Parts: sequence; structure tokens; C-alpha cells
Amino acid sequence: MNAKGRRSRLRATHVAVGGAVLAIVVLFFGAPFAFILLTASKGQAEAAEFSFGWPTEFLLLQNLGEVLTTRDGIVVRALINSTVITTLSVALIVLLSAMVAFVLSRRPGPATSAVTLIMYLALLVPPAIVPTIWVLQGTGLFKTLAGVILVQVAYGMPFSVLLFRAFMTTVPRELDEAALIDGATSWRLFWVIVFPLLRPVMVTVIVIQAIVVFNDFATPLYFLPGDANATAQLTLFNFRSQFFTSWNLLFANILVVTVPPLLAFIFFSRQIVAGMSSGAIK
Amino acid sequence: MVLYSVQRSHRTAYPLWYLILPCAVLAIFFLVPAFAAFYFSLTRWDLVNSEFIGLDNFFRFFSEAGLVNSIGHTVLFTIVSTAVKLVVGFGIALLLHTAIAFRSAIRALVFFPVIASTIGIGITFSVLLDPNTGLVNQALEALGVAAPYWLGDPSLALLTVAAVDGWKGVGLAAVILLAGLVSIPRETIEAARVDGASSLQLIRSVYLPLIQPAALTVLLLSVIGCIRAFDLIWTMTGGGPGFASDVLASVVYKQYQAGFYGLSTAGNVVLFLVVLIASIPIWLVIRRADREREG
Repeated sequence: MNAKGRRSRLRATHVAVGGAVLAIVVLFFGAPFAFILLTASKGQAEAAEFSFGWPTEFLLLQNLGEVLTTRDGIVVRALINSTVITTLSVALIVLLSAMVAFVLSRRPGPATSAVTLIMYLALLVPPAIVPTIWVLQGTGLFKTLAGVILVQVAYGMPFSVLLFRAFMTTVPRELDEAALIDGATSWRLFWVIVFPLLRPVMVTVIVIQAIVVFNDFATPLYFLPGDANATAQLTLFNFRSQFFTSWNLLFANILVVTVPPLLAFIFFSRQIVAGMSSGAIK
Repeated sequence: MVLYSVQRSHRTAYPLWYLILPCAVLAIFFLVPAFAAFYFSLTRWDLVNSEFIGLDNFFRFFSEAGLVNSIGHTVLFTIVSTAVKLVVGFGIALLLHTAIAFRSAIRALVFFPVIASTIGIGITFSVLLDPNTGLVNQALEALGVAAPYWLGDPSLALLTVAAVDGWKGVGLAAVILLAGLVSIPRETIEAARVDGASSLQLIRSVYLPLIQPAALTVLLLSVIGCIRAFDLIWTMTGGGPGFASDVLASVVYKQYQAGFYGLSTAGNVVLFLVVLIASIPIWLVIRRADREREG
């Protein structure tokens, strides 16, 4: 056999092996999502059969429309609430964590060591639920979006500070000194010079925290009860009992709640994967 | 003199007041509740009035099988889910590390569950694992395998949810482990190849020791997440059948729902103690790994 024939046979094996692995991965990781999409596209009776078949009538848009308008558009309101909570929490987490990491990584001393220790502890220790409700009631923030946002900031900050702190060590200190000699104030040094340099890790923090906060179920369940302030994950949970005869609508709702993170994944795929794995190898 | 100027530049360039606002948020919404939990766990409490009752909540917790078993369930859930992530994740990472075809498609598919809604995943798997209408059991029966009652069998329910949790997180584990594999110097691998190492020897003697930092990251993230896991368990089994899949986090929620705020908070304190005990061996492993890397 000549070299060319051998190479093309090698390539065929290569594609065959890759294809086989892909088939297994599609079966194990893709099938549940295909099932969600198929069921969300079916009529009520057909969806209740829970089969993997193609819908006889493709009703995806109609089902989505019905989900979005049901109960005076509570799903739309929930999506808006979730978006507001996610955006503000993540913005605060990024700004505050970057400031903390800036001081912690540049200024050794007992005060910063103590704060670092507290951050590690907060990362490990599970939050105390009912006492947090007690604090929220005491501050008038129970059942408010502001309360949930501040709680999310407290829960998300420790991990973000650690990521920012690890990255800060790669920003050369000479830069700080040069800026200070040029007469920059500390405020200017941080916001104008250092903060923009944190961009790569900032993208990581934004993406990780946005997924965590948007998909969070327990925090709004405890601290934001009631339909008035429903969040995306909560409507899904509450609708399970309401839609138990309309599986097509329940799965359309799953689709509605999964699409925003999916879009984020498609747009930021590279950064998400790079970001999630960064820090692991240090 | 030099020391003085360094300290002064610290004071002006990196002022401690930058920490005040972030630490205030952390203190009010995390630390205050964490410390208050120790007191309120010793009381009968309705969120307004609390009556000190000593260790009664803990006596009750440890005398009710449904409550005390949740500790073992939390540990078992954590071990199973973490093992799935580490073992399957390493396999996937190895596959992605080789020049396999369709690599990016495989990586994207494996990673997608990481981002999807946990509640959505929970509902979907409850449907797929249904003993009568579920596709999993239908497929197994078509293959001639007697399919178990995944979520209804008390001895299986917790393991099933743990496996689904592992399934959801394995993509993240694979990506972190892959980053560890990629960081292994090419020369090390080539040297092993030149010495005639087989693929299996390469995995055992080169890959496994050198991806330890990545594996520890996976371990740590998974253990932290699993010990407080709630969403998936609550969606798929609600802690049932009976109390067969109740973990500490679901006990905390059930007692809160029932209005036993002191008992619920005692559950939180037990959760804290479990984390404390679990972190000792993890810390020892990390310290040993650090020493080995240095020595």
C-alpha cells in the first residue's frame, strides 16, 4: 500500500473514532436537551407520552407564547426580575471584589491577612439561612430585590476575590509606582490603570457569577418568596404542579429559562471554558 | 527610613478604606447570620422572640432518624457525585487531550449541562427516569435489562440524584482537568515516550501525578458545592421516598417550612460542623501535595 492510501485510511479511522465518541457524548449529554426541545414543541396529549419522537405538529412557538402569557405574564416578570438581580449582583461583585483584591494583593499586613482569612472561610462555610432572613427582616430588605442582590454579592464575593487576587499578581507593581510618581492618586491608579488591566479575569468572574446567580434557586426561594417577585428558576419549580397535565408548556418553560445562559455560552464559549479552567493549573 | 516610606506609600496607594464597603456587605449578610446561628440554634424561635432552650434542638436532631441520617446522606452524595466528576471527567479530559475528531463539538456538549438550569435538569431527569413512561427504563427494557425504580427505590434515590449531579458537573471537571493536562510540559511526555512508556504507563506515571493541582481544584469545588447541595435533590425527590434522600440542606429547608426556625438553624450548625470535619482531610491532602511538589 502506498503512503497516500495509508494516510487516508488513518484519517478515516480518526474520523470514525471521533464520530463514535461524539455519538456516545450526544447520547449521554445531548439527548436530555433534545428531549426538552422536542417535548416543548408538541401538543398537550402527545407531550404526555414522553416519547423521543418528532412532533406530528410543530407547536414550539405557540407553546412559548402560551408560557409567556400565562398568569398575567408572570414568566416575563420573573425573567425581568432575574435579569435585574443578575446584572446588579454581578456588577457589584466585580467592582467590590476587584477593589478588595487590589488592596489584599498589594498591601501586606495584619488587617489584609485577616480579610483574606475571612474570604477563605466565607468560601467554605455554608450560609446560615434563617438567621439571614432575620437580618433581612431587621434591615427591611426581606422580600425585596435589593435584599437578594446584597445576599448574592456576599455569597459571590469570596470566590471572585480569590480569582482577582491570583490575577493581580500578574500585574507588575512597577506600573503602580510609575503612576504614583507621575502624581496619580490611589483612586485614579486603581480605576484608570489597574482595573482595565483586569479584563481577562473580569470576563471570567462576570460569566461564572452570571450563571450562578441566574440559575440560583435556593436564595430567592428563601429570601424572595411570593409571586410578586418571582424569579425564573422559581416559576419553573412552582409551575411543575400547575402544569402537570401540560408537559409541553412545562418544557417550553424550561426552554425559556435555559435560553439566556445558553446564549451567553454561545457568545462567550471560549472565555467561559478558559475562565472556568484558569487558576486550576497554578 | 526605607521601611517607613514603603509603609507610607501603602497607606496612600492601597488604602484600607477600600475594604470597608465590601467587608460591610459580607459582614451584614454573611458573618452576622453565621454567628447568630450559634445562638439561635439554642433557642425556640419565631424570628421575633427567641427562648433559650440549651441543646434541645440538637438532642432532637440526633434522636430523629430522618434528621440524623441526612448527615450520612450528605457525605454519600458528596462522595458519589465527586467520584463521578473526577473519574469520568478525567476520561473525557484524556479524550479531549488527544487529537480526536470533533473535539470542540464534544467539549461544548459535555459542558452544556454545567450552564443549564438545575431545576430544568431535575424536572427533565425525573421524567426520563420514570419507571413506567421514562425513556431510560424503556431503553433498558428493550435491551433486556430489568430497569430499577430509580427515584422511588429508597436504596437508589440518593445515588440516582448524586449521579445526575455528577453528570451535570462533569463538563466543568473535564475542562479543569484538561487545563491541567495541557500544562504538562511537552518534553516530559516526549521523554517518557522515548523511554518506551506505553499509553497506560504514561497516564499512570506522568499524567495522574502531574494533574494533581487540577484534580484538587475539582475536588475542592465539588465538595464545597455538594455539601450544601439542595436544588437538584429538592426538585427530583423532595428528600424522599420517606427520608431516603434527605440531605442536610433539605432538612434545613423542611424545618424552616414547618416553622421550626431554631431546629432549622441547628441543622445549619451541623452543616457547618460537617464542613469543618470534611475540610481537615482535604487540607491535609493539599498540604501533602504542596510538600511533594516542593520536595
